[in-house]
Amino acid sequence: MQLADQLRQARSKKEILLMTHLVLGYPSFAVNREVIRQMVANGVDVIELQIPFSEPMADGPMIIKANQEAIANGTKVADCLAFAAEMAAQYDIPFLFMTYYNILFKYGVEDFLRKAKEIGIRGFIIPDLPPEEGGEYLRLAKPLDLAPIQIFAPTSTEERMRTLAKHGAGFIYCVARRGVTGSKTEFDASFDAYLARCRKATDLPLAVGFGISNRADVQILTGKADLAVIGTATIRLVEEKGPEAVGSFIAGLR
Amino acid sequence: MNKLGYFGQWGGAYIPEVLYETFRELREVYAKAKADPAFWQEYLTLMGSYSCRPTPLTHADNLSRHFGGAQIFIKREDLNHTGAHKANNVMGQGLLVKRMGKTRVIAETGAGQHGVACATMAAKFGFACTIYMGEEDVHRQRPNVFWMEKLGATVVPVTTGSRTLKDAINEAFRDWVSNMDTTHYVMGTVCGPHPFPEMVAWFQSIIGQEARKQILAAHGKLPARVYACVGGGSNAMGIFQGFLGDPEVDLIGVEAGGKGIDTGQHAARLASQDASPGVAQGYKTMFLQDSDGQMRDTHSVAAGLDYIGVSPLLTDLWEKGRVRFAAATDQEVMAALDLTIKKEGIIPALESSHAFVQAFKEAGELNGGQAIIINQSGRGDKDIFTIAHAFNDPSWKDFIRKKGEEYATR
Ligand SMILES: Cc1ncc(COP(=O)(O)O)c(C=O)c1O
Repeated sequence: MQLADQLRQARSKKEILLMTHLVLGYPSFAVNREVIRQMVANGVDVIELQIPFSEPMADGPMIIKANQEAIANGTKVADCLAFAAEMAAQYDIPFLFMTYYNILFKYGVEDFLRKAKEIGIRGFIIPDLPPEEGGEYLRLAKPLDLAPIQIFAPTSTEERMRTLAKHGAGFIYCVARRGVTGSKTEFDASFDAYLARCRKATDLPLAVGFGISNRADVQILTGKADLAVIGTATIRLVEEKGPEAVGSFIAGLR
Repeated sequence: MNKLGYFGQWGGAYIPEVLYETFRELREVYAKAKADPAFWQEYLTLMGSYSCRPTPLTHADNLSRHFGGAQIFIKREDLNHTGAHKANNVMGQGLLVKRMGKTRVIAETGAGQHGVACATMAAKFGFACTIYMGEEDVHRQRPNVFWMEKLGATVVPVTTGSRTLKDAINEAFRDWVSNMDTTHYVMGTVCGPHPFPEMVAWFQSIIGQEARKQILAAHGKLPARVYACVGGGSNAMGIFQGFLGDPEVDLIGVEAGGKGIDTGQHAARLASQDASPGVAQGYKTMFLQDSDGQMRDTHSVAAGLDYIGVSPLLTDLWEKGRVRFAAATDQEVMAALDLTIKKEGIIPALESSHAFVQAFKEAGELNGGQAIIINQSGRGDKDIFTIAHAFNDPSWKDFIRKKGEEYATR
């Protein structure tokens, strides 16, 4: 089943879906493994695996540090692929790769997509690859049934959103606010107006991310978005309280 | 066939969606300015009255005699206000900021020259200003940090990554994605996403326009060779544009050879075999990176050349064989700097001294009827700590020790 349909089906049984994120190799693959086990056991619906990159331009301090330390620990792209293969084989939920374009470019875009398909990855989030630059990636992804997830921002015009949606599949990642990952988001009237514009521009499920960190945030998004994305919050939690704390945190989000 | 913002296969605009509209506006205001002759006139007037344009072309007769070959000419970008070619770009972008109605500027800086120029422009035009600078560069270019702060800018030391220029660029982008409504990012070199490479090259083309006229007046014909140091590539593109249409003029870009190409501790993208095609910091070029695509640490005694990537315009000209690349080591740079000071009474910046190294290596191959131009992108005053340290200057050390004691006892 296509990712978008699978998410719609899941959504028909839950008021809101949860997508979580982690940086591969940070603090270690062993900890990644335990965190994912707890996430899945507590009902996470989709997991975004970030392949670390030395120049994570769209990320905030917490995720920058995670990227840097993962690389400093010796994390290689090949290790990330092997780990992702293991997770996708073990768990039933969709796994996505999030990374920056140079990782694909250097590997070879076609080889990377074929490899991702082979190991059971369902789609990609590449924040520095607008459709204008992603011709090869977009052309190759769809026939392989891989979702090139497109990103909406509060600064996107309606026309731009429609263009992006045309290139997208799986769902749309709606960045909740300006800025980078990690800091708090205010959910005010202008946020509601933004989400309404997103909804109008596409039939794809809508995920909302950036600054979603607790039950109250998830509750606000319920009924407005299809997926809530938890990124920095779990990385911070693992850092402060260890991987054991992840399960109850996730269980308490909805 | 050429896509927007590409030079051959290099360039592009690999930007996050949140900046899409910001870049659309920037492309528009840039295109309008470029099509408006009154804009360039306003720019020339500003540079003639606030900076020192046209900057002179100096005949270095002592150096010419010393090497016994070509007539050596030096294009004096060091005589710009704030002491480097960076002012050309910054004042031009400042005029665009006024047209866009924005009130705040941000910039990355390596050597601090672009930061000082930007803070100066902000002071003159009444903009708020924040400068991002790698922590390592904050230490090695302390005088420029002092001046930026005095000029009213906030200097933010960047502690992520390698703590140098590339990391300062990442941080500037992170600021911009939050504050694009009020803020313009004044990219300091001919790198980054379209339209920056093309736009910065346009403002810097003033160097080449002047140099071409000046050499024809002084020497009666075109130079045989033109040398420029290459960090991101803005001073090089600036002067090269005056001669791109003259195939008889050799254009030579000089990169940082650091501790030697063999040591791996350098920033030679096009003069070494160590770089490969990649996409980072919003554009496609040759990057110093590993086989996974992770950027490597670079090294140069000159903070302004200590960078992983290089202008897509230069990579294209290199690929097409129009611009030749060489590298100068830290050690060679000190020797060329010393010689230039002694022979001509001119103090080039450490960055600029790289161009002098290669010109000195080649001057003897030419005859006295031929001319070469070295682009002196900036002055060396900012480098006083690094240069004094490299020369192991005893009286300077003594002075620093005494100053330290003086502050310690207060
Ligand atoms: C004096 C001077 N020359 C050269 C450079 C290198 O930049 P570019 O290659 O863009 O001219 C710098 C950068 O900081 C500089 O300050």
